[in-house]
Amino acid sequence: MEFEVIIGLEVHAQLLTKSKIFCSCSTAFGAEPNTHTCPICLGMPGVLPVLNKKVVDLTLKVALATHCQIAHYSRFARKNYFYPDLPKGYQISQYELPLAEHGYIEIVANGESKRIGITRVHMEEDAGKLLHDEGGEDVSYSYVDLNRTGVPLIEIVSEPDIRTPGEASEYLKSLRGILQYLDVCDGNMEEGSFRCDANISLRPIGQDGFGTKTELKNMNSFKNVQKALEYEIKRQTNILDGGDKVIQETRLWDAAKGVTLSMRGKEDAHDYRYFPDPDLVPLAVNDKWIEETKKSLPELPDEKRDRFVKEYQIPEYDAQVLTTSKSLANYYEECVKLYPNPKVISNWVMVELLRRLKTDDRDIEECPVSPKLLARMLEMIDDGTISGKIAKTVFEDMYLTGEAPEKIVEKKGLLQVTDQEEVVEVVEKVLAENPKEVENYKKGKTKLFGFFVGQVMKETKGKANPNLVNEILRKMLD
Amino acid sequence: MKITKEEVDKVAKLARLGFTEEEKEKFASQLNSILVYFDNLGELDTIGIEPTSHASTISNVFRDDKVESSISKEESLLNAPDGKRDCFRVPRIIE
Repeated sequence: MEFEVIIGLEVHAQLLTKSKIFCSCSTAFGAEPNTHTCPICLGMPGVLPVLNKKVVDLTLKVALATHCQIAHYSRFARKNYFYPDLPKGYQISQYELPLAEHGYIEIVANGESKRIGITRVHMEEDAGKLLHDEGGEDVSYSYVDLNRTGVPLIEIVSEPDIRTPGEASEYLKSLRGILQYLDVCDGNMEEGSFRCDANISLRPIGQDGFGTKTELKNMNSFKNVQKALEYEIKRQTNILDGGDKVIQETRLWDAAKGVTLSMRGKEDAHDYRYFPDPDLVPLAVNDKWIEETKKSLPELPDEKRDRFVKEYQIPEYDAQVLTTSKSLANYYEECVKLYPNPKVISNWVMVELLRRLKTDDRDIEECPVSPKLLARMLEMIDDGTISGKIAKTVFEDMYLTGEAPEKIVEKKGLLQVTDQEEVVEVVEKVLAENPKEVENYKKGKTKLFGFFVGQVMKETKGKANPNLVNEILRKMLD
Repeated sequence: MKITKEEVDKVAKLARLGFTEEEKEKFASQLNSILVYFDNLGELDTIGIEPTSHASTISNVFRDDKVESSISKEESLLNAPDGKRDCFRVPRIIE
């Protein structure tokens, strides 16, 4: 049977504050275990949590940038469950009355723009970290580090508007881009400051109601999210095609094995007994606060995309891709400043640079080719030092070594041959070696011209100036 | 009866509490009388009144985003029944 895939994503993003959400402990990453703790985040009896105002400011920015409606009155609730990384026995989160609801973001899927709804954006505290001694002396224990307990998070829940794993990945990239533009989250998936869970279900095409969903966890990169969803689609399709039913459950992605596995022993979970946290007073956000936050918003991806189209005269698709991440947009604008031909830069970034980064699963921040090096290389094409074809070789070398293009050209002997005599010599050699083709050409098979150009380029390892080759060939053949 | 013994069982399990059969009977009846008492509130006309979540009427109590010194890890672990390697130690929770 043909099925339609329904995906909704839940993102947890760590907010870039200095201190925790309800106490003054540091949020810095990588400290010695349990050194960023205090009676409040340890959940000692009798303490009083107080909300960090910066957390609200940052969440408001996200809510406005994702076109959400802001609640003038919202509050915090206790989500009750037991787990060793949760010292209080409850997590402070928002349940009814979250800060923001009913928004959307735009993504590009299959070359087209698509709107994905945002159900809600709310604030909550993170839990601690569990360490397991793999193969060590005491495998019967787990260790708890509570430094992360109480670090501020926002949860962003999407509508079930996503239809393919590719769209899911695009949604995450766009959302992360927005958070980075706003400077509210560093977006590092490996370090866990940007985490994603996915709800996925299948339904026969044409059916209105949703099928039974599973929740996928433990995917720590865009690639893994995509792979986990692809695997789950196959798994659920097989179940449904076999006439069986999908069981509603949480499944963990095992990246090493490439499968999702059922999480056992959670059958009596999900009874969180939420209730308003009596320790925290309600949050009232007035219009003035909202207006001030609006004014403080930087240029967002959509606005930047429109400006790029207008200012640099590049296609909308290029502009969309270039503005997905703030760092990539900055990289592009830096290049344009140094080499004011926006279209040429856009082509190099979109084709060569992004292809290379994608192969290595790297971000633009880790790109060894700086805007300065790229601009210098493009100038070398313009002044005839290298050909456009050789530039690709130079680019690859710059990417691998981070060296300057001049140095690479010198080291590898890639200088373009612009010396007339040298090219004439090669052309003569090529013509002498291919008498049949020359004869056919002279009989009117002019298509063979390209063949001669190719042979000359081959002979000079692509270094001959193409214009010069054309000119000399014409002179000698016609 | 609003609360059955099974519901007491469930709530006890969620709260990680263990009770004897007699205690369960006793709590079921006590919880029932509490809920019956709350039913008295149903006699009041509350149309147009927002549900109360807090006894006080204040809102917006904030702190600034400033780091202040935490307590030492030794102090943090002082009350823990088991600690090692600067961490709280618990029975292993994944297989």
